[in-house]
Amino acid sequence: MKFIVEKIFYVLMVLSLLLVFAFLGSILITIIKNGWPAMSWDMVTKLPGGGFYIGKEGGVLNAIVGSLYIVGASTILGLCISIPIVFFVNIYLKKDSKLASLTRLSFDVLYGIPSIVYGAFAFTIMIFFGLRTSLLGGIIVITLLIIPIFVRSMDEVARQLPKELLDATYSLGATRLEAIKVAIRQIAPGITTATLLSIGRAIGDAAGVMFTAGFTDSIPTSLNQPAATLPLSIFFQLSSPTPEVRERAYAAALLLTIIVLVLSIIGRMITYRFSKNKIK
Amino acid sequence: MEKDSSKFTNAFKRFEEWRSDISKTDKEKTDEHLDIEADAKKDATINIEKLNIYIQNTHILKDISLQLHDKKITCIIGPSGCGKTTLLKSINRMIDTTEHVRVEGRVFVDGEDIYDKKAEITHIRKKIGLLSQRPTPLPMSIYDNITFGSRIHGIRNKKTLDKIVEKYLLATGLWDEVKDRLHSPASALSIGQQQRLCLARGLAVEPQFILADESTSALDPISSKNIEDLFLKLRERYGIIMVTHTLRQALRIADYVVFMYMGEMIEQGTADELFNHPKHELTKQYLSGVFS
Repeated sequence: MKFIVEKIFYVLMVLSLLLVFAFLGSILITIIKNGWPAMSWDMVTKLPGGGFYIGKEGGVLNAIVGSLYIVGASTILGLCISIPIVFFVNIYLKKDSKLASLTRLSFDVLYGIPSIVYGAFAFTIMIFFGLRTSLLGGIIVITLLIIPIFVRSMDEVARQLPKELLDATYSLGATRLEAIKVAIRQIAPGITTATLLSIGRAIGDAAGVMFTAGFTDSIPTSLNQPAATLPLSIFFQLSSPTPEVRERAYAAALLLTIIVLVLSIIGRMITYRFSKNKIK
Repeated sequence: MEKDSSKFTNAFKRFEEWRSDISKTDKEKTDEHLDIEADAKKDATINIEKLNIYIQNTHILKDISLQLHDKKITCIIGPSGCGKTTLLKSINRMIDTTEHVRVEGRVFVDGEDIYDKKAEITHIRKKIGLLSQRPTPLPMSIYDNITFGSRIHGIRNKKTLDKIVEKYLLATGLWDEVKDRLHSPASALSIGQQQRLCLARGLAVEPQFILADESTSALDPISSKNIEDLFLKLRERYGIIMVTHTLRQALRIADYVVFMYMGEMIEQGTADELFNHPKHELTKQYLSGVFS
């Protein structure tokens, strides 16, 4: 009897896994099937040409570069803001500190707020200051959007920091700041995972950048100019009545997926490098 | 096992040779750090005066007054939960990391009141090394583990650091085992090696005392013997205060013994006095195994 129950649960687990794989597989197949015909070097190397949106020449280089700008800058900014928060909560505050639980609760709430709300909020502020849609606006919104992801996922890892490890550091006469230098090595794999999650969310977000970064056919040369992003590029092309343009939307989606894949692989490689010193 | 211990004694011999060599020829040339260390020979003591510790309003240590000696091994024995570890932690103020703790009384290390508001905690901890129950290598290479303490206390010179690494790995008998892989992760070492690495790391900041919290309890018999042997050698230079749960270990290596029960210090004295002529009824019972 016990054996049968065991079997049933085993099958259930495998089924769930297969379900997810099937889902991922079908998305990939749809993107590749629809996007492959439109895939060309022009897509990645050229800006949209004159009649791009009615099926003529050009590519989505503007959106690729815009997305990379926004993701790159906001990831760095996000890391710079979240790492201090995580260490403050986990190393400086006591385990049962009210401020720590308040921080965690706030970030849980922020985590759940849809990106369109971030976008709308930033948009009202931009109007207040008389700013136009710009690369800077996009970067700020995406940074705000990914900080909760950074904080919550790094926090989960930092909470697992062995107390003995910190104690060992303190007993050598280390200050808390010096203990953080040790702790950061221990949770380095967690930091990379958090970064990958954040990049995934940042690069795929359309609603947040719609009002703030805007859209343009050129590559921004300063922070004040509007910037295109891949998700918006997909969105605009998909809403086109021309079949060729819709194909290009899928091609852009394929590019987006490939970028995420490449970043993830690089991230995993970095994690591997960092985690070799980790104490199990 | 024989091979292991001979390797170990050889390493120690080499360390001794190396040390005498340095003090004879290169005395002037050795770096300031090593010089200070050579001078730190004068005896220091730890005086605990009426120490009371409360954790979350539970009275953990009750009115402990105690003197601990340099260049001797003092074993703190007693049943589980009697406050041995708390007492040990209060000596280098690691008790501060426990939450909701209240400390009353005073602890003097080498004449300095460590619970004084002006006392600098990093300085106190530098003077008193701690070897914990289970090895706690830092998440970095073997080399970086040893030099971590020296670095945070301001030694940056690569050559000095190299010397420190060699010196303390020799002192703990690890040098021959790890000299070819100093830059590989410390977590790859066996658990016994990790514990010796932690000891080497503790020694590298040049403490006067070493606190050991059941430091052999997680180790296999051979590694645990290695650590005991090391303590016996290190006794020439450091005061060692060790919490142990095994009476036999205390019998083997203790010079002084402190017996604790329910947060109180019941009896203390030289190993001979306490083990052969215990005065207190509880001590007699504990030694004869009525409770443990």
